[in-house]
Amino acid sequence: MVSLLLLLLATAFSIGAIRAGRLITSALWLAGVSALVAVVFFLYGAHQVAVIELSVGAGLVTVLFVFAISIAGDDVVDSHPLLPWPLFIGLSILFVFLLGWFLLPASVSPYIATGTEAGLTDVLWGQRGMDVLVQVVLIFSGVLGLLGLLAEVKPPLEGSAADEISAGRDRELQAMEGQFSPQEEPLK
Amino acid sequence: MTLSPLTIALVGMIGLLVAGFYGLLVCRNLIKIVVALQILVKAALLGLVAAGNATGRIDLGQSLAITVIVADTVVAVVGIALGVQIRRHLGSLDVRDLASLRG
Repeated sequence: MVSLLLLLLATAFSIGAIRAGRLITSALWLAGVSALVAVVFFLYGAHQVAVIELSVGAGLVTVLFVFAISIAGDDVVDSHPLLPWPLFIGLSILFVFLLGWFLLPASVSPYIATGTEAGLTDVLWGQRGMDVLVQVVLIFSGVLGLLGLLAEVKPPLEGSAADEISAGRDRELQAMEGQFSPQEEPLK
Repeated sequence: MTLSPLTIALVGMIGLLVAGFYGLLVCRNLIKIVVALQILVKAALLGLVAAGNATGRIDLGQSLAITVIVADTVVAVVGIALGVQIRRHLGSLDVRDLASLRG
């Protein structure tokens, strides 16, 4: 029952994150969602994932959001919905109904596990070794993408400055050609 | 009426999924869209952990959840960086302003 309360609170926090007017408030609501979900993970026996979710989801990602908001500015974008309200409400009801239709019967007759219990280390490094490799590649590509996106682009040169630089290079090339050209010997 | 842990997790999952899709449909701010994606991924993580708990293979659920957390963090980082660059170039985080990118 505690987990149900926590999940309902997390849902309320997530709606708060979406409805918040300022971006910094939205980021803080999201951190609250991460913290509550991490507690639920702990209650479900996923201790390692709970710790990772708390440190990455509620810590690192929140710091990244605050960093981005401090750079980009906390401007309020006009939040008229992209969809008309009646269509949105109808779609939401249909979505909840279909999701409940498909998912809730699974809780009535849960799958009975027959596999042996293995430690997380064995599963992660032994059975899911390819996943770890993909994670490393993903982190590497994420870092490269971040560096590429946040790289400072040099402003283009003005017309006169660019002409001056190209003229200077031409003069240097001509001087080098004159210096290294073989001297013609007079014909005898 | 006693709810099983899987039922509770599924109810929470549905709530988080609805909130995330609501954010994707309603928000026009790029950072808010990344927030909505984060909420959707939280629902997916909850589903993985609850399935692992229900089937007695919590370690498999945990290993998959760790993979999803890594992918989600990379998506968040790249999305935030993209938002910052769009803000620098266009002066706004509104997705409607991206219509100028059309050829």
